[in-house]
Amino acid sequence: MIRADHIIKSFDGRIVLNDITAEFTPGITNLIIGQSGSGKTVLLKSLVGLHKIDSGNIFYNDICFNTLPFAQMKAIRKEVGMLFQGGALLDSSNVEENVRLPLDLFTNMPMDEKRDRVNFCLKRVNLGNVNHLYPAELSGGMIKRVAIARAIVLNPKYLFCDEPNSGLDPMTSVLIDNLIQEITQEYNITTIINTHDMNSVMEIGEHIIFIYKGEKWWEGTKHDILHTDNQELNDFVFASAMAKRAKAAEQQ
Amino acid sequence: MKKLFEYIGRYFILMGKVFSKPEKRTIYWQRILVEMQALGLSSIGIVAIISVFMGAVITIQMALNFESPFIPQYLIGYAARESMLLEFSSTIVALILAGKVGSNIASEIGTMRITEQIDALEIMGVNSASYLILPKIISTVIFFPFLTTLSMGIGIAGGYVLCILTGAVNPDAYITGIRYDFKPFYITYSLIKSSVFAFVITSISGFFGYYANGNSLEVGRASTQAVVISSIAILIFNLILTQLLLM
Repeated sequence: MIRADHIIKSFDGRIVLNDITAEFTPGITNLIIGQSGSGKTVLLKSLVGLHKIDSGNIFYNDICFNTLPFAQMKAIRKEVGMLFQGGALLDSSNVEENVRLPLDLFTNMPMDEKRDRVNFCLKRVNLGNVNHLYPAELSGGMIKRVAIARAIVLNPKYLFCDEPNSGLDPMTSVLIDNLIQEITQEYNITTIINTHDMNSVMEIGEHIIFIYKGEKWWEGTKHDILHTDNQELNDFVFASAMAKRAKAAEQQ
Repeated sequence: MKKLFEYIGRYFILMGKVFSKPEKRTIYWQRILVEMQALGLSSIGIVAIISVFMGAVITIQMALNFESPFIPQYLIGYAARESMLLEFSSTIVALILAGKVGSNIASEIGTMRITEQIDALEIMGVNSASYLILPKIISTVIFFPFLTTLSMGIGIAGGYVLCILTGAVNPDAYITGIRYDFKPFYITYSLIKSSVFAFVITSISGFFGYYANGNSLEVGRASTQAVVISSIAILIFNLILTQLLLM
């Protein structure tokens, strides 16, 4: 479980996150949604410790993460997997080396065992025979899947995904969404996903937080989102034709 | 002025992170070998080409300046050797490598920064500064003295080839000159300088790359800054080391 407690973050005096309090439970997909520039990515990066928050606290299973000394913070980070918007695979390493990197650095497994684990994770994300390809040789969807494989290779307790569907076609997006949801349920991971893709919201939105101008504006599930009278959220949600159709179908 | 001190402060903080205890030594050794290949071995060609021409040009210039019946011809070889050993093979080669290796390091690390690869390493619990910069520093500090030695040999040989091809200097006199009054400490001095320059180039370029942010324009800017500042630092350290080691 991850809990954000009244967190505030500003850049050069400009407040980007204002008094955000939220709780993210394991085993379900927690979504942070909002318009571009609303502060979603800053919130995600603050939760994972890439941004230092101005005030408030972030708890990982009742351990106050943001006040931990660097060495202990690093220990918690080994339990964290993160999927970045562009995949963030190391360009100079091939797929196998990318996925194996956390194992190389933090385990004493023999090479055969590491290869087995890498192949298992790649198979889990439906990738085969790509071990020796470099990131430049992969498609956008494959990069995201390799990044997921790398994120889960150490059996993380926490998984953060920043815009996992950006730049992907609708079919691949659904595949990635379902994959993240399956992994979350299978390993009981605390998963937090940043997105502005309404398809994802309607597909896997088990717990949704809507961020508007740096503030938590609304909280609920994918079922609640169609019935809210929150104007800003409605403006955001029903900008998508898909959501309009979903609401119309529900009303019929 | 405030910005300069800010840069220096950030540089030393980064170096503190770079030289902190590595996660796993075996991984670092592998990376050092990879970096030696990428930054050192791949520079042999350019160092060889520059050195052979440098040696030849120095010999021509010495021949022109020493054109007098009162000056023995072997002094041309002697002066060419001293120039190569004392200055050209360490300082000029370092300035060339600041352009080649420095821009390579800054743009590689800068691109990793803007494509969130460094953030990904941090999230994994890896000390990204140490993981990315330390192997580069170690590999260049070890390999640059080898490049300097190579440059000395090829440069002096370049002068000899010029003597044979043009007849500007008697080849036997040139050989006598390069063996005349040899001081082995000059080689030690040159190798010490090249190791220091290697550290300067790699750490400064790593610093500019590591703190690059924004887009590809910023990476280009970081790369340019890395080359300019490294070159200035090389000249400053050249003066300091010469004063300390030769005076």
